[in-house]
Amino acid sequence: MAAVTETLETVDALAAQKYKYGFETNIAMDEFPKGLNENIVKLISAKKNEPEWLLAWRLKAYALWRSMEEPDWARIKHPPIDYENLYYYAAPSGPEPKSLDEVDPELIKMYDKLGIPLNERAALAGVDSPNVAVDAVFDSVSVATTFRETLSKAGVIFCPISEAVREHPDLVKEYLGSVVSIGDNYFSALNSAVFSDGSFVYIPKGVRCPMELSTYFRINARNTGQFERTLIIAAEGASVSYLEGCTAPMRDENQLHAAVVELVALDDAKIKYSTVQNWYPGDAEGKGGIYNFVTKRGNCKGKNSKISWTQVETGSAITWKYPSCILKGDNSVGEFYSVALTHNYQQADTGTKMIHIGKNTTSTIISKGISAGHSNNTYRGLVKILPGASGARNFTQCDSLLIGDQCGAHTVPYIESRNMSAKVEHEATTSKIAEDQLFYCRSRGLSEEDAVGLIVNGFCKDVLKELPMEFAVEAQKLLAVSLEGSVG
Amino acid sequence: MLDINNLTAKIGDKEILRGVNLTVPDGEIHAIMGPNGAGKSTLSYVLSGREGYEVTGGSATYNGQDLLAMEPEQRAAAGVFLAFQYPVELPGVGNANFIRTALNSIRRARGEAELDAVAFLKLARAAIKNLSMPDDMLKRNVNVGFSGGEKKRNEVLQMALLNPGLAILDETDSGLDIDALKIVADGVNALRSPTFSALVITHYQRLLDHIVPDYVHVLAAGRIVRSGGPELALELEAHGYAGLEAA
Repeated sequence: MAAVTETLETVDALAAQKYKYGFETNIAMDEFPKGLNENIVKLISAKKNEPEWLLAWRLKAYALWRSMEEPDWARIKHPPIDYENLYYYAAPSGPEPKSLDEVDPELIKMYDKLGIPLNERAALAGVDSPNVAVDAVFDSVSVATTFRETLSKAGVIFCPISEAVREHPDLVKEYLGSVVSIGDNYFSALNSAVFSDGSFVYIPKGVRCPMELSTYFRINARNTGQFERTLIIAAEGASVSYLEGCTAPMRDENQLHAAVVELVALDDAKIKYSTVQNWYPGDAEGKGGIYNFVTKRGNCKGKNSKISWTQVETGSAITWKYPSCILKGDNSVGEFYSVALTHNYQQADTGTKMIHIGKNTTSTIISKGISAGHSNNTYRGLVKILPGASGARNFTQCDSLLIGDQCGAHTVPYIESRNMSAKVEHEATTSKIAEDQLFYCRSRGLSEEDAVGLIVNGFCKDVLKELPMEFAVEAQKLLAVSLEGSVG
Repeated sequence: MLDINNLTAKIGDKEILRGVNLTVPDGEIHAIMGPNGAGKSTLSYVLSGREGYEVTGGSATYNGQDLLAMEPEQRAAAGVFLAFQYPVELPGVGNANFIRTALNSIRRARGEAELDAVAFLKLARAAIKNLSMPDDMLKRNVNVGFSGGEKKRNEVLQMALLNPGLAILDETDSGLDIDALKIVADGVNALRSPTFSALVITHYQRLLDHIVPDYVHVLAAGRIVRSGGPELALELEAHGYAGLEAA
């Protein structure tokens, strides 16, 4: 036990080395007045020159949201969120940039600092991530989308969703809200009313997207909520791999992030969606940090389609998200691979829902929770087999790793099967980093923090191997660093 | 040279080592034998720095460095290696990655350049071949799903690659069949050199047929009660430890 105590001390000492992405960018911003009412919704819509139908959609969502209560079933605690004290729109001032040349150099500098090259030439020349197209979302707006020409040659549409509303209204109208309805939950209703930007992806029939697509979210402005909306559609036989990364400056007050992500896979289409979430987690006393209330859902609409969620969640004061799959098409496949790491006073309540509707649908859930410090980490999952889902199969594995004796790990699996031919398996383990494991590593020359990093990365291996290569390396480092401060 | 002087240690309130004196010069292999509960494993853990053992007196130095003041990883960097009686499993951690991380930690501590994956693999494959071990030893997760014999062989492989100045083998022979025993012994013998020394802790004489020690010591009730040449092991095998504890 002494070794563990010592580990935690080491971890705390390293935590003081601080969140690397916690800098603030000083840039002229347009903000609407604080608080939320119909006028703000109208202002956002007007700012974006939106068509009438979308304004009506937003207002409907706003009315619904007003009638709803914040959900209270998750194992998280926080002071009430004052929705009237938030800014719902913040954007770098001036007209929207038409090309990269018009983007404020301060912003380009900031993204460089974060390791996200917005300059295509630099990206092409660099070895960092030469084959990733990036859509960068800064507070409420998309500031730049790279490699658009290369992509459009392949017929791929990758652009800010505000632009898609103007340029591809039929697609947006058909699919927006088709997977996560506006009234799905409190936060999806809020997002539907005030979403300001996000990414739109359309992969046409039979096209394999020629490069990884990526969105990089950054909350910068104070007291500002970020409500982005992502919509990805893979038409028949199309496939795409999409990456999402996030950071925010360090601030004493909590900031709200309530995103909605919708994925639609038609017949034989494949979507792989990977997230490395590193929002500011708050300090060692639990002050500040992002409240991350996110709704992510994919619809395997067509037969033989596949949607795969991989997430590495190390940031945020609170994480509330359940990337899910609706397995509607026969033989469709849903996957959820998750690492959630909490330290200090972080709280994570995360998991997935796999809804089996079509015949011979299969789902796999691998969840790894790591808790340290005073944190609480909950896996919450639903596997639902509807009567028509003959031959459906699910495999679920939930493993929890505890560091220290002040943290909590909880597993809340729900299984509802209404088809006798379905097979559902659930395995769960809880373990601690054992003193003998640490000693074994140290006797071989590893420092204590390297030993913890190695053991935790080993624990997460089944999930990390699902990430695209560049991300896997990043995630491994992130785990080790968060561990130092966090693993937890 | 390992130099242990009047070393005493306890676990909780229980005194286990009651004044151990032992000198192992470079180039020599010393065996420590003794009945259960004599303090053999405690001695190996105290020397390698495991928590939970309180040193109450005496000293232990290796090449003049005060081992007892060092963290376990510093002792490793100083050249001390402990082959575990019960090697620990590390799920999800590849053996090659583990040993390379360990080797590079030690090299870093010594101010030497780290080995990249390619250079390490070359080294590791050669070691594996020397020890007649299967190639998949490097690909598997550290000790996970290994048989008892495989775990001990993995200890020997790590020892070969980390190339310590002082190896402490804590009952590495327990639970081994004769073939595995030979592999372990060959591993130790291969390291023999004027700058290498080993402390071989064992219950049984049979390991010492294969690793012929320069000296044999009998540890009983926390003290070394007899020392002698390899023939002492044979004598113990014939007559047991009875009567030694009183000495």
